[in-house]
Amino acid sequence: MENPVIDVRDFRKTYGDFIAVDDISFEVNQGEIFGLLGPNGAGKTSTLESLEGLRSPSSGSLRVAGIDPTREQRKLRNVIGVQLQTSCLPDSITAEEAMMFFCAYHGVAARYDLLDRLGLAEKREAQYHQLSTGQQRRLSLALALAHDPSVLFLDEPTAGLDVATRVELHDIMREQQEGGTTIILATHDMAEAEEMADRIAILLRGQIATTGTPIEITAEGAGLTKVSVRTQKSSLSEPGISFPAVSQQTAKDEYSIYFSTDIGPTLAAIISHIETQEDALIDLRVERPSLEDRFLEITSPGGDR
Amino acid sequence: MTAFINHFSFEFQAGIRDKQLLLVNYLLPLGFYAMLALIMPGINPGFLESLIPTMVTFGILSATLLGIPDPLVKAREDGIYRSYKINGVPSISIVTIPALTTMLHLVIVTVIITVTAPLLFDAPVPENWLNYLIAFAVMAFASAGLSVLIGVLSSSTRMTVMWSQLIYLPSMLVGGLMIPSSLLPDMVLKISQLLPATQAMNAFNALAMGKVADFNPWGSVVALIFSGILSFGLAIYMFSWDSRNEGRRGHPIMALLVLLPFVIGIFLF
Repeated sequence: MENPVIDVRDFRKTYGDFIAVDDISFEVNQGEIFGLLGPNGAGKTSTLESLEGLRSPSSGSLRVAGIDPTREQRKLRNVIGVQLQTSCLPDSITAEEAMMFFCAYHGVAARYDLLDRLGLAEKREAQYHQLSTGQQRRLSLALALAHDPSVLFLDEPTAGLDVATRVELHDIMREQQEGGTTIILATHDMAEAEEMADRIAILLRGQIATTGTPIEITAEGAGLTKVSVRTQKSSLSEPGISFPAVSQQTAKDEYSIYFSTDIGPTLAAIISHIETQEDALIDLRVERPSLEDRFLEITSPGGDR
Repeated sequence: MTAFINHFSFEFQAGIRDKQLLLVNYLLPLGFYAMLALIMPGINPGFLESLIPTMVTFGILSATLLGIPDPLVKAREDGIYRSYKINGVPSISIVTIPALTTMLHLVIVTVIITVTAPLLFDAPVPENWLNYLIAFAVMAFASAGLSVLIGVLSSSTRMTVMWSQLIYLPSMLVGGLMIPSSLLPDMVLKISQLLPATQAMNAFNALAMGKVADFNPWGSVVALIFSGILSFGLAIYMFSWDSRNEGRRGHPIMALLVLLPFVIGIFLF
């Protein structure tokens, strides 16, 4: 790793006899979006909260921008921005007051423009309890960004957001990344992780089950590629037809669906069959295994980890 | 300083915006004041003599014991402290600012009572205004400190109600508010001296209203000051950021130290 902003070494977190995180190590480079994935109880929150200085590690070492989150909390505050998963502001505070309040504690001018950018212009005077869940999350994000942190922790940032706001949030994340901000993204949304994260770590039972780029992780899996084909004369529906490298096949809505372990020979054979039968191809779709498929493969009982 | 002013300003406004806080800060003390001032003189003509200190003490007890602990516990349970910690809000601000803003609300309520009582109900005004101010300040300080400590120590909002009522109800019954302390049996009077309300009423009556003291009134002032200092000190020491209050320093039994000045006062004064 060339320039690790986050350095986690042999990190372990226990609560009594329960081991929440079991000796994990990873690094995150400057300007990287790093996805932290895992089912509930996998250790994501313990890891995040320890990096944010909210919990102390049981053993191991943590560094965020060279700062020890446990011992140097004052320094850490101005370096990190955190969007917590749950709503965490007093009911009666207005969006504008919250911005003023937190910016004052960070010693920076209030960034009301972020409220406007995140669609809260009309809600500046609204009290926190009057905001919808999505608006509360947007406010939380605006507050996390207000002091221009170099490391941003986002915990389920798009949960409860509509499509437009979600797109806006992804744009903001990319802008932050271009500006050199390192982002730790904890999410259950695999499509979001696949789209946004440069690298991903999947946590399972307190350990890192796998880590790498979304493409690398997806490629590690069983690799069944889904091929859906629809033809004019339904020549593929005839009984007894088989194609090379196909492990399963099924049919749905006039489509013949094949799951292939080696897409090249399978596609060549299907097209050859259609031509031989003087049939015509109407539609052909090839779907590589998604991150979600790989995630389910890893985390399901009896998975490969 | 800007952060402190912003925080103070928000907390002060919350004391009016929040319906529950509006009730305990203003509606309950002022409503009770109007009701008692209208009804009680018919039952007990002597009541008017101590209307102002009684209602000011009642206002302090309501705003602090019923108004401070619950929002502190709720904020901790809701994870608001976590958000504060991440954004650099110091624990001393979390502990002291609600107390200071409540004291400012109390100043307003006290001014309303002190100005209107003589005009509307012909109640006597304090003979010594400086001592009146001192008695008010030390009672508000001690009661706010005690309330903050309850908020810091309570494991849940249900426990908060129990601890607050453990002080609030005896204060109403034997704190010299409804029944003058001089009418209480000796043993009950001694026990009631463990309550800030008893000390405050003794200080108000003797130092400000020109009445006979039940025990040394300056002793009451000193005991209230030291109890307040101990309360705030313990609250800051035992404050926990953790939403389940598991990271607290010290044993809750340490909170009993706030009674020490009153215990010493019983023997000394």
